[in-house]
Amino acid sequence: MRVPVSWLTEYTDLPEGTTGRELAEKLIGLGLEVETVDRVGADITGPIVVGRVLDVEELTGFKKPIRYCRVDVGTANGSGEPQNIVCGARNFSEGDLVVAALPGAELPGGFAISARKTYGKVSEGMICSASELNLWEDHTGIIVLPAGGAEPGDDAYGLLGLREDVLDIAVTPDRGYALSIRGVAREAATAYGTPFRDPADVQAAGAPGKGYPASVADPAICSRYVLHGVTGFDPEAPTPMWMKHRLALAGVRSISLAVDVTNYVMLEVGQPLHAWDRATLSGPIEVRLARSGEKLETLDHVTRALDPDDILITDESGPINLAGVMGGATTEIGLSSTDVLVEAAHFAETHIARASRRHQLSSESSRRFERGVDSALQPAAATRAVRLLAELGGGTIDEGYTHIADEAAVEPRPIVIAADRPDRVAGVAYGRGRVVAALERVGCTVEQEAGGEAELRVTPPTWRPDLTDPNDLAEEVIRIEGYDGIPSIPPRAPAGRGLTPSQRLRRSVGRRLAATGFAEVLSYPFMGERDLDGLQIDAEDHRRSALRLSNPLSEDEPLLRTTLLPGMLKTLVRNVGRGFHDVALYEIGLVYSPRPGAPERAPMLAVDRGPAPDEQESLARALPEQPRRVGAVLAGDREPATWQRSGSPTTWADAVEAARETARSANAELIVRAARYAPWHPGRCAALYVRVEGEERLVGHAGELHPRAVAAYGLPERTCAMEVDLDTVEAAGGPASAPAVSGYPVALQDVALVVGDGVPAAEIEEALRTGAGELLEDVRLFDVYTGEQVGEGRRSLAYTLRFRAPDRTLAAEEIAQAREAAVAAAAERTGAVLRG
Amino acid sequence: MSAPNNQYDPVEVTPLHPDEVARMRHEALAAIAAASTLEELKQVRLAHAGDRSPLALANREIGALPPSARADAGKRVGGARREVGEALKQRQAELEEERDARVLVEEAVDVTLPTGRLPQGGRHPVTTVAERMADIFVGMGFEVVEGPEVEAEWYNFDALNFLPDHPARTMQDTFFVESPSGGESGLVLRTHTSPVQVRALLERDLPVYVVAPGKTFRTDELDATHTPVFHQLEGLVVDEGITMGHLKGAIDEFVHGMFGSGLATRFRPSYFPFTEPSAEVDMECFVCRGASVGDPANPCRTCSSEGWIEVGGCGVVNPRVLTAAGVDTDRYSGWAFGLGVERTLMFARGVEDMRDMVEGDVRFTSAFGMEI
Ligand SMILES: [Zn+2]
Repeated sequence: MRVPVSWLTEYTDLPEGTTGRELAEKLIGLGLEVETVDRVGADITGPIVVGRVLDVEELTGFKKPIRYCRVDVGTANGSGEPQNIVCGARNFSEGDLVVAALPGAELPGGFAISARKTYGKVSEGMICSASELNLWEDHTGIIVLPAGGAEPGDDAYGLLGLREDVLDIAVTPDRGYALSIRGVAREAATAYGTPFRDPADVQAAGAPGKGYPASVADPAICSRYVLHGVTGFDPEAPTPMWMKHRLALAGVRSISLAVDVTNYVMLEVGQPLHAWDRATLSGPIEVRLARSGEKLETLDHVTRALDPDDILITDESGPINLAGVMGGATTEIGLSSTDVLVEAAHFAETHIARASRRHQLSSESSRRFERGVDSALQPAAATRAVRLLAELGGGTIDEGYTHIADEAAVEPRPIVIAADRPDRVAGVAYGRGRVVAALERVGCTVEQEAGGEAELRVTPPTWRPDLTDPNDLAEEVIRIEGYDGIPSIPPRAPAGRGLTPSQRLRRSVGRRLAATGFAEVLSYPFMGERDLDGLQIDAEDHRRSALRLSNPLSEDEPLLRTTLLPGMLKTLVRNVGRGFHDVALYEIGLVYSPRPGAPERAPMLAVDRGPAPDEQESLARALPEQPRRVGAVLAGDREPATWQRSGSPTTWADAVEAARETARSANAELIVRAARYAPWHPGRCAALYVRVEGEERLVGHAGELHPRAVAAYGLPERTCAMEVDLDTVEAAGGPASAPAVSGYPVALQDVALVVGDGVPAAEIEEALRTGAGELLEDVRLFDVYTGEQVGEGRRSLAYTLRFRAPDRTLAAEEIAQAREAAVAAAAERTGAVLRG
Repeated sequence: MSAPNNQYDPVEVTPLHPDEVARMRHEALAAIAAASTLEELKQVRLAHAGDRSPLALANREIGALPPSARADAGKRVGGARREVGEALKQRQAELEEERDARVLVEEAVDVTLPTGRLPQGGRHPVTTVAERMADIFVGMGFEVVEGPEVEAEWYNFDALNFLPDHPARTMQDTFFVESPSGGESGLVLRTHTSPVQVRALLERDLPVYVVAPGKTFRTDELDATHTPVFHQLEGLVVDEGITMGHLKGAIDEFVHGMFGSGLATRFRPSYFPFTEPSAEVDMECFVCRGASVGDPANPCRTCSSEGWIEVGGCGVVNPRVLTAAGVDTDRYSGWAFGLGVERTLMFARGVEDMRDMVEGDVRFTSAFGMEI
């Protein structure tokens, strides 16, 4: 809502010298979100004065007719002599008052005015149009001021409202009344404690009951309906300059006097109005809901299929208006309309809101109805409109007007509150007197409840349909008293338990990965089928079963991710594109997959009580599964080349190690097995498992990516990746228990085992551990050899076994026995042969 | 070695003669002083302090002296040996020091050479700033709770008093999830962390003091100041006798913990469906502390010379929300607030473009390290 301060001050007085910014601060303090304060003509400087056109010389021989004018600018030019000005407009005559910019003035866009030669004459300034001054749109010519309104030489700044402040207010949904000069003026009056003159405080013209025939099918869709007419109106009467100017400042385009008046009154009092050419109406008007199959062409020339929930204005021809949202094209008021019928109605908020959404039509009218319009305002608003029409466009106001109302439905409901409720909400002792005064200030009627002093019976004013609950009234009191008065009291929470294990784990995983060279990314959780194609994921894979957004930002990414990889891989590509070749990234975040057996639609529960456990359960069943994952992607050198050593390229092992780091953070043991799984290289993919309550569970994969996935994403060769389900890893881990730390000497034994090259190292190590028994402290693989010495299809793995006892120094025989047992177990399980 | 002999006179036994002892001592000390390497000193040690050195041999003779003469001779020889021993030790130390100085200088390296092996990693500043924000409240006794990102409309809207046809419901541009058959699923990407309020109230016993950090979604295109995926930190307190004063107190603690002590805050009346009364919170600009207001010569980029920075929204939990969550509104009341994580980061660390937080450029993330 754009509010010119001069319009506001018609209805309240601001202290002398109050600036727009000061007013804005005050209104912000009361809860109006003033976003900007614009100064009209802030980019106009220098002499802009009133001039009288003395005589006009028509210049010919140019592409268009040009006028050379002598303009009396009083003494504004210093000399008192008439100013000679060349002008291309033709909408004025000798004797007219115009606006002249004299040399030294500067107009919007840095346009400096000086005496210059043009069309063979010296032009000593410029006669201005409204568009040139950025006042309002007008291509008909220059501004012609009303006769007698000013004298030549007068400063034009005040006259044109240049330097006036306009407040732009973002109106929150609860403050529909602030979508009007009336509402904002009332708040300004409250802020300054000045009197408020209500523009809607007008006596209705004529008498109710003898107006245009109309009926309302159901008061629930329209609680008040007023029609008032003017006959003999001059359809060509121009909109006066002052109205054009105010409409422009408020951001509304001038169309015709009849339309401008309805907009002007709407801006002023907040009541949306509609004006018809009575000649285009056929028979009585009925306000009713749409019937299925009905259609209406609206003013924007879109033919709309109507919904049985749409409120319509109809006559015998059928629908003529989409009520409260937009008028119909067939009854649009035109330049030949001499009989004007003005409609002022109070339509049901929810219907208008739904219609506006349904038809994707947000209008000045629907915005106001959605937020709630003063339910008693309609007769006054219609009166104000017909008076302006009669006054500015001639014509006679009808003697009677239509007034259909269900008074019981529109009457505000009283709210009973404890007199100290605002005190208890704010934590401030206002006392009963101040509470009552504040409520009365916003327009409420306050009575003492029968119960005594402790309770108040508060009836909100008709323009505040948002006041329905005790806390609404508390807020009114607190904001009128000022939010500044709320004290700051330290909170008094009981001792909490801090973070959950899951939250601590996430921090720990992040720190580990970051400390080992990974940079965290937070990619958008959206993806498309193409991303999955690129990963070589086949049609049956569960990752293809993804939730779809009905309104995605990009048609390429309508799905919610089922894997972290696409987002991370694209981020990797972006980094490579920016010249970083050795990149390691990680992400911790949710993936989403439909829950098997979920209902088609999540239930809508009641809000007048807490949901029962089975109702909560029904909601939980409708939600998708949203496990938390950790992913990592790497490319280039894991250890970039330095002066000491050449770089070591990223391998599958770095991806597996990232998974191990994750498991270590959770204190969980990671089991690694060879696997084939998209998008990984079939020979370089590890499936990762943990044990949860004795059950082995797959938690993810790691390794080098499949060359086709690498190509599809445009990744560097040999890019590696891992993705692990963090929730399951967490379940497998737990707090560490203290180990027994033995102080007895260690015994180291090296063994080299030759095995078939298909035997996984993890199996050999597992066998060594089992065979070696309790004396084994650790096993470490220190060499892998393939070559002639071990023969084709075989490899040699060399391990160091560390033995130690908790309670004694180990004897040589014990050590030898344990070592032999370890080797024997490896031989038995994997066919390993001790290398001689 | 000779047996004791009472007639034996040490002065008569040449090696024990004072002059002789003095000579041996002198020779030894001279040799020690002359040794110029550790190897030479080793030879000197053998010659003058070894088992077969003159002084060692002289010492053996003492046993053969009559008891009356032993003490005197012992003192003489012992003193000489001690003195030689000291000199050896001292010379040894001197020579070692010389050697160390020489060798260690030879081993000197350029310690300014680069030392890193792994590329520099880092945690995303949005993550770490959200943690820090939560930790400030954890320090006040709050617990950290979380909820799903794909959320039922009932939790995201209805239970929070966003009624189906209220304009507030369309105010937040919502991502809707399709049902399996392409219809309305009743699921959305949560538009705020506020549904976690309702979940916390349903899941926990009262009183409740919690903060809920997390991802939130709105259908904004990415630009310098908007991103469709962003992060919030929601706070909720429900207890007996709760007022807006406690809310202001908690917000003050947060502002002081995050941006510096002594910063003023102010509440402006506002509107949120789930709080009533509602307020926007501003804090005094921590950079200029208001000094830039009306001083065009010293503009402040952080607050655009307004003197105040918008921190977030808050208010008294609308009793309708408490009712929908099954809380007895006669006994309990509460307040809630919502803070923007990206916004906090922008102010706290001077991030100027939202896109930097979204694109995942390693330079951006690594610059923030592990903690913020
Ligand atoms: Zn500042």
